[in-house]
Amino acid sequence: MTLPASLDEAVAALAAMPAAVPVAGGTDLMASVNAGLLRPAALVGLGRINEIRGWQYQDGHALLGAGLTHARMGRPDFAALIPALAAAARAAGPPQIRNAGTLGGNIATAAPTGDALPVLAALEAVLVIHGPGGSRREIPVSYLLAGREMLRPGELIGFVRVPLLHAPQVFLKATGRTGPGRAVASVGLVLDPARRGVRCAIGAVAPMPLRPLEAEQWVASLIDWDGGRTLAPEALEAFGEYVAAACVPDQGEPVAPGVLHLRRTVAVLARRALGRALSS
Amino acid sequence: MSGHDAATATTTVSISAGASAAAAPEAGEQEVPRGIGASVPAADTRAKSEGTFPYAADLWAEGLLWAAVLRSPHAHARILSIDTSAAAAMPGVRAVVTHADVPGATTHGRRIADRPVFAHDVVRHHGEPIAAVAADHPDTARLAAAAIAVEYELLEAVTDPEQSFGAPALHPDGNLIRHIPLRYGDPEATGEVVVEGLYRIGRQDPAPIGAEAGLAVPRPDGGVEIYTASTDPHLDRDLAAACFGLEPDRVRVVVTGVPGATADREDAAFQLPLGLLALRTGYPVKLAATREESFLGHTHRHPTLLRYRHHADAEGRLVKVEAQILMDAGAYADSSSESLAAAVAFACGPYVVPHAFVEGWAVRTNNPPSGHVRGEGAMQVCAAYEGQMDKLAAALGIDGAELRLRNVLATGDLLPTGQTVTCPAPVAELLRAVRDFELPSLPKDTPEEEWLLPGGPEGAGEPGAVRRGVGYGVGMVHMLGAEGTDEVSTATVKVVDGAATVICAAVDTGQGFSTLARQIVQEVLGVDEVVTAPVDTDQPPAGPAAHGRHTWVSGGAVERAAKMVRTQLLQPMAHKLGMSTELLQIQDGRITSYDGAFSTTVAEAMAGKELWATAQCRPHPTEPLDGDGQGDAFVGLAFCAIRAVVDVDIELGSVRVVELAVAQDVGRILNPRQLEARIEAGVTQGVGAALSENLRSVSGLVRHPDLTGYALPTSLDAPVVRIVKLVEERDVVAPFGAKAASAIPVVTAPAAVASAVRAATGRPVNRLPIRPSAAVATPNS
Repeated sequence: MTLPASLDEAVAALAAMPAAVPVAGGTDLMASVNAGLLRPAALVGLGRINEIRGWQYQDGHALLGAGLTHARMGRPDFAALIPALAAAARAAGPPQIRNAGTLGGNIATAAPTGDALPVLAALEAVLVIHGPGGSRREIPVSYLLAGREMLRPGELIGFVRVPLLHAPQVFLKATGRTGPGRAVASVGLVLDPARRGVRCAIGAVAPMPLRPLEAEQWVASLIDWDGGRTLAPEALEAFGEYVAAACVPDQGEPVAPGVLHLRRTVAVLARRALGRALSS
Repeated sequence: MSGHDAATATTTVSISAGASAAAAPEAGEQEVPRGIGASVPAADTRAKSEGTFPYAADLWAEGLLWAAVLRSPHAHARILSIDTSAAAAMPGVRAVVTHADVPGATTHGRRIADRPVFAHDVVRHHGEPIAAVAADHPDTARLAAAAIAVEYELLEAVTDPEQSFGAPALHPDGNLIRHIPLRYGDPEATGEVVVEGLYRIGRQDPAPIGAEAGLAVPRPDGGVEIYTASTDPHLDRDLAAACFGLEPDRVRVVVTGVPGATADREDAAFQLPLGLLALRTGYPVKLAATREESFLGHTHRHPTLLRYRHHADAEGRLVKVEAQILMDAGAYADSSSESLAAAVAFACGPYVVPHAFVEGWAVRTNNPPSGHVRGEGAMQVCAAYEGQMDKLAAALGIDGAELRLRNVLATGDLLPTGQTVTCPAPVAELLRAVRDFELPSLPKDTPEEEWLLPGGPEGAGEPGAVRRGVGYGVGMVHMLGAEGTDEVSTATVKVVDGAATVICAAVDTGQGFSTLARQIVQEVLGVDEVVTAPVDTDQPPAGPAAHGRHTWVSGGAVERAAKMVRTQLLQPMAHKLGMSTELLQIQDGRITSYDGAFSTTVAEAMAGKELWATAQCRPHPTEPLDGDGQGDAFVGLAFCAIRAVVDVDIELGSVRVVELAVAQDVGRILNPRQLEARIEAGVTQGVGAALSENLRSVSGLVRHPDLTGYALPTSLDAPVVRIVKLVEERDVVAPFGAKAASAIPVVTAPAAVASAVRAATGRPVNRLPIRPSAAVATPNS
């Protein structure tokens, strides 16, 4: 186990030990180690890299450090900037998990139920990847989650760039219990008044967050962006159905009861999310 | 032998931790609660909360080896060959044992010896042990276990209990473990109203927070000592001795570090590899189960399928109940026979039913094994018969509580097994108490309070979609072993210089027996300082910790022994005063004669004396159910009524239990705080069974055997528990008149929650746990 103090050192450590696995909060990794599913030959701990534990502003965007914990993102100052990411961070598990788990870890693990992922997909976040020899490259978060781009050996997610939209954002998730639990389905929804857009992603129903692009465009065209930004209940309802139909396919006839329930859940979440965004 | 010494030292650690914690609170100046009826704190509370309590997983001995068990990855397969040579050749591996290395009986079982120590020809469930390894490092042991080459021929897994009847035999004993037909009354009787229902109950896991662990230490005489958190040490010793081919006195089971148990702990299947490896290597061997192994290895609540038909007259009085109960036992019998008896006998619930026809079957499948979990059998039928009572109420347009009140059982009534209820049965009183208790306020009436919506804080819940429901559950459970089980317990009370020790092999699994034993001795002898000795099998048997039996049987034995000590103490004084010992009383630390003429302190009377007494308690015998399901099978019964208030987000189907109001028949309150804690714990376990706990298996393979996949209730899921009434009608045949308190809330709470969700949604809710899709409703219904 090595504990580098900067991103460059961490990347160098990974290059020196190709078998080493980077570990940030360890909330997913260590569970696999404890279950005997993973035996890393060596670990590169990212917990002491101060440059990725905060955020900075960059021409209308926030550059979020990959080492931001869920607990940090859940605080009010962060919530004022990116409300949906803050809400997802607060819903991401019990306090012990939120204190340790990080934004970068959530992305790298890419679990279907990762709570930050639908929000990042809706924000069209871009990952800043640090590689060996001081190399940098940028890829959209959805490319990584969809497997269109992979992290290459020795690369680390350094920062996540998200736009500051100055408009309501919502994250909602349905779980099996009142206490913290894995999402059955989740939704991240952001309004982008400058571009007159609604962007929405559904999490947990597929291996990666799904974007119902047509539904987004359709509903954005109905919203009076210069006026009260309100929609009739029927339009909200229709948006929910549209999103659900796009994100939860039939999977054969007759449609299984589980699929119907999931589709209904997604429809309700999408409707409520848009309703809350427009009324706040 | 160094190993032996080291293990002795290990036990000393747990003894001293227990003793010092017991003495500490009594050193204080202020009044310490003592005696029966007081909230005496548990002796190990402090050690447990400070993290110093030595659990079984903390055991250690000099030079110990680590064990790992190879478990079946298949639900049903023929074993063609087992090759251990690669594993045995690995550096650091000291021994590999399989079926061929078992010196004694190759099968074992709690009631029927039908479970192989190690599978050899066939594996019958996912996780069944096949071989075990001892090595000098836990990782080496695990890697070696994985290096054992087993060749399987996959067989079709029988996972639907309904298919078990017609399936090829999964076991030489056949697929039917027990069939009980219960016939009571006139089969032709019919009622004016008939309701039918089909109910399914899921597989609840006891999910002990401390996973199974143990240490086996070989003895110089060729025997072995097993240190483990057993809940039934003598049975475990007998099973182990039979499998090791040893006389029982060569095997000693020492109970240590029990981290709480709501079911059978430390499955024998776990201790047997441990002991075998210690005997084989001559070294102490330790085994600590992973969470996954724990889920795969131990037994679960029986998944049950229930079909019901209730007949009632126009006023809602029950005429006839017909039921079919099918319990999924998994691959081995374990305690399925007892669970089935409880399910069949209590199939109609705490209601008067003139005619009852119930058929019950426990069958083998290749699903995860089922066994004793508290409230077994009774919990599954409670969810079903209470569902039927709700259906009947809806069909007749009568309020659910009112319909139940028209049918409740009372002392003197007959159970459908033909047994007369002789104990107090204040069912009507319990039900009225919860019905008349004030309902929790609605969010709209208390806008100043922050309201927790279904789905949790900052969740997806929306007030406009939330519907509130109120429902009832009334349940019953038996106490002690049923159907002729010989229930006996022996206890010794020793007083040296005013300090008392209780020696009794009754395991405190968190139910509070050791606290109770101290209270009894304080009450009878007037002493302050009482410790309970650690439990091992050198002590006489006290039986398993289940069905509230230790409060009754072991508590009874402790009381008798303490009274014998009292007589020994008072006899000489009474003789001197020329009166009988009955005329002397012990109170507040003083011995006083009836006329007050003689008075001395207990401490003075006991100074320099060493007094011992041993006594047994054996409750009155029971008889097995006969071919018609008739017989006096139960020693005692306990009852409970719960009113559940739930909020349901009817669009998402998420449910939050707002409040459970509990009224319970407790006989007598021995320790108020402990009793409340038991009820709260039981209710919460019941909420888990109602809403989230189900160990899923697909084709017999367990899915997500971890605490993320298996959703236990969290503090946000645990409802407010209002203990509305504790009815203290003493059961005259029970020592102290107290009834078992832990199991009955588990039995009743799921039925109450289901009833409330029915009320909120108008949906049938016939499956536990209640899935969100079953709690979705359209707003106008």
